[in-house]
Amino acid sequence: MITLTINGREISVSEGTTVFEAAKELEIEMPTLCYEPRLKPYGGCRLCIVEIEGIPKPVTACTTPATENMVVNTNSDYLYRLRRTIVELLLSDHPNDCMICTRAGDCTLQELAYFYKLRENRFKGETRKHDRIDENPFVKREMDKCILCGLCVRVCDEVQGVNAIDFVNRGFNSNISPPYEKDLDCEFCGQCVAICPTGALTGKVWAGEGRQKNVKHTETVCGYCGCGCNVTLHTVRDRVVRISSKRDSHNQGWLCAKGRFGYEFINKNDRLKTPLIRRKKGGELEPATWEEAFDLIVSRFNSIKKKYGPDALAGLASARCTNEENYAFQKFFRAVIGTNNIDHCARY
Amino acid sequence: MTNSVEEIADTDALFVIGSNTTENHPIIGLRMKEAVRNGAKLIIADPRKIPLVKFAHLWLQQKPGTDATLINCIMHVILKEGLEDTKFIKERTEGITAFRKSLKSFTPAHGEKVTGVPKKDIIEAARIFASADKAGIYYTMGITQHSMGTNNVLALADLAMLTGNVGKESSGVNPLRGQNNVQGCCDMGCSPNVFPGYQKVTDEKVRSKFEEAWGRELPTEIGLAATEMTDAMIDGKLKGLYVMGENPILSEPNMNHALKAFKSLDFLIVQDLFLTETAELADVVLPAASFAEKEGTFTNTERRVQRVRKAIKSPGEAMDDLSIISHITLRMGYNPVLENLSALGYLVPDKMEADKYITTPEQAFLEAGLLWPEIRGMTYQRLRNGGLQWPCPSHSHSGTRFLFQDSFPVGKAKFVAIPGLPSKEVPDDDYPFILTTGRILFQYHTGTMTRRSKALEAVAPEPFIEINKSDAEKLGIVESALLTVTSRRGQIDVKAKIGDRVGPGVVFIPFHYKEAAANLLTNDALDPVCKIAEAKVCAVKIEKAA
Repeated sequence: MITLTINGREISVSEGTTVFEAAKELEIEMPTLCYEPRLKPYGGCRLCIVEIEGIPKPVTACTTPATENMVVNTNSDYLYRLRRTIVELLLSDHPNDCMICTRAGDCTLQELAYFYKLRENRFKGETRKHDRIDENPFVKREMDKCILCGLCVRVCDEVQGVNAIDFVNRGFNSNISPPYEKDLDCEFCGQCVAICPTGALTGKVWAGEGRQKNVKHTETVCGYCGCGCNVTLHTVRDRVVRISSKRDSHNQGWLCAKGRFGYEFINKNDRLKTPLIRRKKGGELEPATWEEAFDLIVSRFNSIKKKYGPDALAGLASARCTNEENYAFQKFFRAVIGTNNIDHCARY
Repeated sequence: MTNSVEEIADTDALFVIGSNTTENHPIIGLRMKEAVRNGAKLIIADPRKIPLVKFAHLWLQQKPGTDATLINCIMHVILKEGLEDTKFIKERTEGITAFRKSLKSFTPAHGEKVTGVPKKDIIEAARIFASADKAGIYYTMGITQHSMGTNNVLALADLAMLTGNVGKESSGVNPLRGQNNVQGCCDMGCSPNVFPGYQKVTDEKVRSKFEEAWGRELPTEIGLAATEMTDAMIDGKLKGLYVMGENPILSEPNMNHALKAFKSLDFLIVQDLFLTETAELADVVLPAASFAEKEGTFTNTERRVQRVRKAIKSPGEAMDDLSIISHITLRMGYNPVLENLSALGYLVPDKMEADKYITTPEQAFLEAGLLWPEIRGMTYQRLRNGGLQWPCPSHSHSGTRFLFQDSFPVGKAKFVAIPGLPSKEVPDDDYPFILTTGRILFQYHTGTMTRRSKALEAVAPEPFIEINKSDAEKLGIVESALLTVTSRRGQIDVKAKIGDRVGPGVVFIPFHYKEAAANLLTNDALDPVCKIAEAKVCAVKIEKAA
C-alpha cells in the first residue's frame, strides 16, 4: 500500500493507483473530459491537472501514479484559472448551438462552461468547419462539436476491438475519422456515442425526440439475446426515445447495435391493438373485443378437450416473455387443460 | 452457463465452438476480447471465419456436423500426452477407463480426415486447452442444432471433466443462450418433460407436490416437443395450439412442412406484438405487451434473474401476457392465484372480486419459488439492483456465480463415450453443398423486431448466401448474382456473397429473412434425445437463378 496526502487528507491506496483514482476515493471531484474508468489512462484533456510537491509544473492526475508520501493539491486559484482557460479554449472552437443540440443538459462540456461561467470568450479566430454528413444510419457525427478527447477512439480499440475510427491530420486540422474519411462502417455498437462527452456523437434515432424535459428513466433488461444487458429506457409519455446503459451494470454499460438502437418496434404503428378473430372458418381476421376473444378461446378449448382429450391441445411458450408469464402458461396447460404438451423455441 | 460472463475475462484459455459470439452475443464477445487482451489463448472451432477469428490464436475450420469427432480427437491427444487432470478425474468423475478406450480410434489423423482440420492444429488445440490453468468452453446452436446435438454437448462436458475445468472460476461448460429469456422459459418448466426447476413430470413424488400446490390432477405422460408438434398436427392428433410470443412458421426447420402443419389445425391462437407470419394463420390473435410495457423478470444466460420494469403503457387494448393467461385460466374455471401464498404471508386477493384473481407478476414469481427451491431466496425486493444468479435457496443466500464447486448433483460425474456420427443429410452428387444457417449482427431471429428498425434494416436489408471464392469461380458466379438454392425440401433465390468466410463446399444463409427463408431448405431431422432439429447441416445444390 502507498500512503499519500491529497488536499491535506491522508489516504492509503494499492500500488498502481493513479492520483485521480486516489482523489476519487476521498470523494474529491476534479473536472475531466477524457477520464473513463473502463479505459486505460490517457491524459488528453488536461483538466484534471494537480499540483504535486516537488514537481515544478502541474501534472494530470489521471496519468500520474500515486507514490509514497506524495503531497497533492487539487484546488488552487492557479489551477482554477488554468482549467477555466482550457475549457474556454475548447469553447472558442465549438459551435454555440446548445439550443438545438441533442445532448443539451447531458453534455460535460456544457456543464463545465456553466461551472466556469464562460459566456464570453477571449479567444476569437478561425473555427473548424466539419460540415460533411456521414450517411451511416446509426451515428450522427458532428465533428465541429468534437473536442478530440479520444474517448471514442479508445473505446472502439480497447473495448470493442474494431478500430473503426482514429485521429487523422495534425494540429488545427485534427479530426476523428473512419479510414480515408469515408462514412462510418462498423458494428454500430454505439459505445462511442455513449461515451462521447459532447454532442459530437449522437444516435440518429434520437434526433428530434425528447432530450431532458419530461423524459422518464426506467431500469430494465434488454429484450434481445441472452446476455441480459441492463438498459435504461428513456421515455416521453408512452414513447421510447432512447436506450442507454449504466456503467455499473454487469454489462458495464456496453450494448450492441440491436440493444442500443433497435427499439423502434415498440412504438411502431402496426402493433396489434385489439384482439382479432376469424368469425367464420376460412374468413378474414377481424377486430374483436377481449370478451369475444376469450369466449371463443374457452369454448373451442373446451370442445376440443371434450371431443379429443386434453392431449389434442398444446402450447408454445416464449423465450421472449417473462418468467412469470411462462410459469403461468405452463401451469395453465398442465393444471387447467391437463396436458404436458408444452414447449418453446429453445431448439430454434 | 455453469459459470458467469464476468469470469470470462480471467480465463487462461477459451474454446469457442459453434458460436458466432461477437454477432450473436456481442457483450459476451467483449469479455472474450478482454480475456485475450489479458493474455488468454483463444481457440475457435467454426466452419465459418467468424469475426472473432481475428482475435484467435487458433482457428479450427471443421466441416459442419463433425464437432463430436473434433472434440474426441482433442481429448485423444490430451490423454495420449498425459495432459489430463488426474486429481479431478479421480476425485470427481467415474468411467475414465472405458472412456479412454472409446477414444482410441480418434487419432489426429482420423480427425483430419473427418473434420478437415489439420492434425497439427488438433494437437495444438489439445495442448493449449489442457495446459491452461482455467479453461472455459463456450458454445451455442452450432453445437446443438444437429441430429446428434446431445452427443456434441456431452462430448464438451467430457472435455471439461477430463481437464478439470468444471466447478471452478473462469472455466466450465457454457452454452450461450440465444434469447433474452430462453433460460427462464426452460427454468419455468415450459418443456414437455419437466415442471419448473427441471423437476420431471414422470416422477411421482414431484408430480404429487405440484398436484397438491395446484389442486388438480396432473398428466403423467411426457408431452410433445415443439419439433414433434408439427407431425402431430399433420396426423390430426393435435387439434388446437396456443402460441405465445413466437413465430415458429419462420423459425422452424423445413418451413413448408411447418406451414402445412399449422394450416391443418382446427384452432390456433397466436399472442404477439405484430401480425407475424404465424399470426396470419390464426383463428384468434391476441395483442400482447412488449418488454417495455410490463413488470416481471428475465433470466439471462448466466442464470441471473433480473427485473423487467414497465416504462410505458401498451398501445390500444394490448395486454400483458400474464393478464391474458390469467383471464383465460379464470374463464376455464380455475383460480389462477395460488392460495398457498397466503399461508406464507403474501397477499392473495379477495375471492369475491373476479378481477382481482388476475395474478400479479410478483405473485407468480413467488409461487414459482415455492415450487422450485433454487430461486426461493429471490424476491422482487432483492432483485432490484442487478439481479441474482440461481441457485439462491434462501433469503440470506447471495446467489451462485458458478456451479458444481464442491460436488455434482449426481455425485460423481460420468464420462460418456461419444461416437462420431455423420449428419442425417450429407452432400452427394445431386446436392453437393453443405448448407449451414445462423444469425447476423444486425438482425434478430425472424426479424419481427429488428426488421422494423430503419437503421438495422438499412445496413442488413436483404438475405444472402455466403459461398467460397473457389466454388464461386467453379460455378461462374459473380458477387451479388442471384442464385437458386435447392434442397430436398424447398427452394429459394438469394444473392451471392463471395469470400472466404465459409470453406469450399459449404454455404451459409441467415434465417431472418422471410423473402428467402433459409428454413424452407433446412432439415427437420431430430436429435433422438432432446428433439432438436438439424438446422445447421443439410445438403443443397446451387444454380444461377433463371
